[in-house]
Amino acid sequence: MSEFVSMRSVIEASYFIAAILFIFGLKRMSSPVTARGGIIWAGAGMVVATLVTFLYPGMGNYALMMVAIFIGGVLAWVSGKKVAMTNMPQMIALYNGMGGGAAAAIAAVELLGGEEHGLVFGTLAVLGGMIGAVSFSGSLIAFAKLQGLMKSTVRFGGQQLLNLLLLTATVGLAGIIVFQHGDINLVSVFFLLALILGVTMTLPIGGADMPVVISLYNALTGLAVAFEGFVLQNAAMIIAGTVVGAAGTLLTQLMAKAMNRSLANVLFSGFGDEVVGEASDISGSMKPIEAADVGVMMAFADKVLIVPGYGMAVAQAQHKVWELAQLLISRGVDVKFAIHPVAGRMPGHMNVLLAEAGVPYDIIYDQDEINAEFTSADVALVIGANDVVNPAARTDPASPIYGMPILNADHAKNVIVIKRGQGVGFSGIENALFFLDQTRMLYGDGREMASQLIQEVKSL
Amino acid sequence: MIDGFIALYIFMLAAFVGHEIIGRVPSILHTPLMSGSNFVHGIVLVGAMVALGRADTTMELTIGFIGVFLGAGNAVGGYVVTERMLEMFKSSKEKGS
Repeated sequence: MSEFVSMRSVIEASYFIAAILFIFGLKRMSSPVTARGGIIWAGAGMVVATLVTFLYPGMGNYALMMVAIFIGGVLAWVSGKKVAMTNMPQMIALYNGMGGGAAAAIAAVELLGGEEHGLVFGTLAVLGGMIGAVSFSGSLIAFAKLQGLMKSTVRFGGQQLLNLLLLTATVGLAGIIVFQHGDINLVSVFFLLALILGVTMTLPIGGADMPVVISLYNALTGLAVAFEGFVLQNAAMIIAGTVVGAAGTLLTQLMAKAMNRSLANVLFSGFGDEVVGEASDISGSMKPIEAADVGVMMAFADKVLIVPGYGMAVAQAQHKVWELAQLLISRGVDVKFAIHPVAGRMPGHMNVLLAEAGVPYDIIYDQDEINAEFTSADVALVIGANDVVNPAARTDPASPIYGMPILNADHAKNVIVIKRGQGVGFSGIENALFFLDQTRMLYGDGREMASQLIQEVKSL
Repeated sequence: MIDGFIALYIFMLAAFVGHEIIGRVPSILHTPLMSGSNFVHGIVLVGAMVALGRADTTMELTIGFIGVFLGAGNAVGGYVVTERMLEMFKSSKEKGS
């Protein structure tokens, strides 16, 4: 018996250490200077917690356990190493969905198993299972959308009503399961409904809003893990899950705020496929320009601000753009990168893409830091960005993006827009910036145009 | 035994910690941090291992197996992508340029 007790304390102590490592790891990840160490701390915590769990009293099926860890681990390792930086958001969605599914699986075993849990723990198990299942199927849909495996929005009449009915049915069934322990039919239908709910909730949400949704599901998975942690009496799961739940909720709010939308607005209203023509008409025309002229303009400028968007990443132009920037810097031009909070597919995604190309983070500026500088910039080079520089967000109350904070590219003396064609951007909104007097359009593929500009600047 | 109000206290304090950590983070780190927190909830692996370890029936074994598989994917995948992203964050001084 005393051996049993001491084993228990070893396990609890290890979980305690793991929890501390998680918290300090996340703390270190919140500053660019210490971020790289942070993930290693958290990783150490995970290894400690996982190893010590093998010592848990009263367990069996170790062979099966190792096989499952091996298969899951290897698949995730290989896919995680292979994925391109541009596809990072959907990979996070996928791994997050797996976590939600695991939480739902724990709930299912607990609900079907021999032990009765009583009212409080029964409720927590059911809630955690429901949230986990919704997060699982919802994240998979988010993954499929961002990966381009499915059409980005699916909408039909009465969709909100259907979701509400599904939610009510799932919660109602959850209530019954708390009191009717171990009924396999009820539990199966319950999880099936929760999975369908996750799908129908995510289907109508457009691609531009996916980051917010992924972040929300990340927070939800954290919460589900915490709930299952209570059921299993596992302190590491409770603390890690709750920390992620709270941090994820805040992060979701920050993202929604950066787009000037409330979370409810993201979840329950369509965006980007509203009829565009009703916004006030834009007068003027788009004026094209040649790469040679742009090269001269930038080489002899005092200050160039580069505004990259997701289009740059799609064209894989970030390395060329950085080469161009280095060339300009060596000529004494003051070059800075201006990043909108939602540039890319997630806040910070653009920073990751630029970091991958080798751009040091101290010449990359947030919207708040850089916006005042556009007035003194000779050239604002907009490459692959669209909605985040659309002045209609400031001036046109009829525009769907009205009120969204934007980068003031229109305040620069000259605006150069590198764009593949004349079509509208991701959100389907016409961009007033393109029609301004000081704006010139450089039509072409982002990477090709950046290479051409490099040649032009070099030849001067 | 983590019970009743003790559980509530843990929940509340942990929620504050999570809120504090994200509160003052620069937006350039939002994606890595979301990825990092995604990794941290990979701790669900531990719970799935316990669930599988105690499973008896074929049904429980199957669900437990899937749970451990998914949990391992969450933890390992979350770690790999976060580490890859953070590895790239260097200041201009560190690059010597």
